[in-house]
Amino acid sequence: MSLLQQSRSLGGALLRGVGLLSQSTRCAAPSASSPSIPLRYMATQGPTQMTVRDALNSAMDEEMERDNDVFVLGEEVAEYQGAYKVTRGLLQKYGPERVKDTPITEAGFTGLSVGAAMAGLKPVCEFMTWNFAMQAVDQLINSAAKTMYMSAGDIPVPVVFRGPNGAAAGVAAQHSQCFAAWYSQVPGLKVLSPYDSEDCRGLLKAAIRDPDPVIFLENEIVYGESFPVSSHVLDKDFLLPIGKAKIMRSGKDVTLVSFSKMVGYCLKAAEQLQSEGISCEVINLRSIKPLDRATILDSVRRTHRMVTVEEGWPQSGVGAEIAATVQEHAFDDLDAPIARVAGAEVPMPYAASLEKAALPQIEDVIKATKRILNK
Amino acid sequence: MLAHACKHGYTTLQYVLVYGCRMLDADGNDQGGTEQPDMSRDIALRVYEAMAKTQIMDDICYQSQRQGRFSFYLTSAGEEAATVGSAAALASTDEVFAQYREQGVLMYRGFSFQKFADQLYGNMFESGKGRQMPIHYGSSDLHFQTISSPLATQMLHACGAAYALKMEQSTSISACYFGEGAASEGDAAAALNFAAVLGVPCLFICRNNGYAISTPIHEQYKGDGVCARAFANGMIAIRVDGGDARAVYHACSYAREKAIEGCQPILVECLSYRSGHHSTSDDSSRYRSNFEALSYPCPVRRFGHWIQSKGWWSDEEEEALRKHTRKQISQALSEAASQPKPDLSNLFTDVYAQVTPNLQEQMAETLQFVAKHPGMVPPGVPINPPFLRGMDDSQLVNWSNGDQD
Repeated sequence: MSLLQQSRSLGGALLRGVGLLSQSTRCAAPSASSPSIPLRYMATQGPTQMTVRDALNSAMDEEMERDNDVFVLGEEVAEYQGAYKVTRGLLQKYGPERVKDTPITEAGFTGLSVGAAMAGLKPVCEFMTWNFAMQAVDQLINSAAKTMYMSAGDIPVPVVFRGPNGAAAGVAAQHSQCFAAWYSQVPGLKVLSPYDSEDCRGLLKAAIRDPDPVIFLENEIVYGESFPVSSHVLDKDFLLPIGKAKIMRSGKDVTLVSFSKMVGYCLKAAEQLQSEGISCEVINLRSIKPLDRATILDSVRRTHRMVTVEEGWPQSGVGAEIAATVQEHAFDDLDAPIARVAGAEVPMPYAASLEKAALPQIEDVIKATKRILNK
Repeated sequence: MLAHACKHGYTTLQYVLVYGCRMLDADGNDQGGTEQPDMSRDIALRVYEAMAKTQIMDDICYQSQRQGRFSFYLTSAGEEAATVGSAAALASTDEVFAQYREQGVLMYRGFSFQKFADQLYGNMFESGKGRQMPIHYGSSDLHFQTISSPLATQMLHACGAAYALKMEQSTSISACYFGEGAASEGDAAAALNFAAVLGVPCLFICRNNGYAISTPIHEQYKGDGVCARAFANGMIAIRVDGGDARAVYHACSYAREKAIEGCQPILVECLSYRSGHHSTSDDSSRYRSNFEALSYPCPVRRFGHWIQSKGWWSDEEEEALRKHTRKQISQALSEAASQPKPDLSNLFTDVYAQVTPNLQEQMAETLQFVAKHPGMVPPGVPINPPFLRGMDDSQLVNWSNGDQD
């Protein structure tokens, strides 16, 4: 039985929103109150449903099978099958040399990944969440990102750093930060943030095959969500190009630009706005660095209005970069200022009511869109 | 020590202390004491030459920086034995992850004076394409990883590389160098633990030279140096007189053997002394007496005395080597100074494996601008279009289209 079949037989329901409950203070509570993520309208149609978790798992499995230099390391990835079960089954299939449980030191296993990559291996380094990766940020930036440049092309660092990014549910300040904007600033890194199963499969496989260090920002809430995938997406060599955004839904009145879980919110908002006669074009960035400026600019030149949506903080966020780019290159095409929907500028509070108030909701996207349409 | 540990019910760990701790006295007289075959004449002469050349190069380059010829330099005065002696014990294919004071390792492995000089000047001939500040050498041919400034990060890299070598079942090991100050970094603690847990063939060579810029060892740590931390992580450690090239060579040879045999990391703590300033940005007379700085027995002289006593070296050969070396280094520096800097398109290459679209645009814009305003380019920076350097056109937009600006 393939890993894929095994995982489906366990039942998607069991896996929805299950986090790691352990003695350590790093725990992700089950996400009982996650808003439902709508099916995509521009999805590749197909009979098969696949969860995001399985998409990531199958991508890693296939790449490890294809290339013996690929190996996975991180806390709890082997014996425990992954803190969020994303690496389930890999230890059993590939053994402890290629699926390594590490001591608790992010700086340690990040530096180790960099060294292993310098010596010719292709590590897939999992952070339990991207919040904990802050303890390894020197290795990520000064060692992984800059080494190719500083060594004048002599030393590539082909590592994929992956893990859940942004808000989960009820995990508060130190477990909820979005790091897309920070890492997207650094030359030498590629920064990807998938939304659905197709994104996860194609982008993770492309990232593992890419010779540059890749920051792969997943989303814990979406791990258990199912999306339709075609046989093309299930192919062992299915890759998505890094640096290309996807237009999820065509429209003519306004462009909504987003990444990760917020793409789902934009799609839902677009659906509601359609019933009010407003036609939204929804762009799924997929890649934060390199940013697909061409797709963004082409869209806003047709719709003349734009809303950016992200969970992270507003100052110097991803939306700020998009707004700057659009006003630089398409100033005369804008009929209204660009609206940015972002998280509240506070560390994430714990109480459910406060957390909901601190994060963008679908209503916020709708409100912002209507505002720039003077409706 | 082992008997004591057992009596008190501690888990037995392998302690190998003070093996081959010192084999030459302060003047370089033989103190004997090794069961291993002694250093051969060939190796001894190669070691001595590398030590002497490193010392001379350091001296001349330090003076050159003070004269304003390049921006920065860092000598290894007092640590020639620690670096060259250890390098001699490694295989030429062992991957070295150094900190920044290990030019002796490169010298021993055959890095030419010209290559040192080209890097210091950041000219178009250095393999680093002028990307890094002086003394940040690298050589993939010589298995010497490019120097990276943040301290102790290289210890984790060495650990990862050793893991890769283990997976490939290679006969090579990895070796990292670090100072006792760098050993305080979090990365150092993580590296020692990790290497021991993973069981990888990695040598941790600590240059305990007494100072981290102005911080003396009694303000750096309270424990028993760096060796104690190895023991705490279940790792064998060897403490050795870092000014004694012969002892360093034997300790590292033994350590390398043990690392391969047991597929395990070993720590070698070389107790030496930083006779010079931290770097050209430091004036150590502000925090230590000249008397202290000058009273450390010179490792080059100590080893030189020993090889002379064996009849392998003479005063005449010494004189000739020094004279010849000074001339070669001066020539190399002059040559390096006269060469142009790397061309402007090097600003944008190697950020990624392939030049990404945004960087292609920026490179094209820059080169177009410069073609129209050549006077804006700093003197000595050539503007060769990338395609003349053999770069693939498919990687670039057509830079000569004048439709922007």
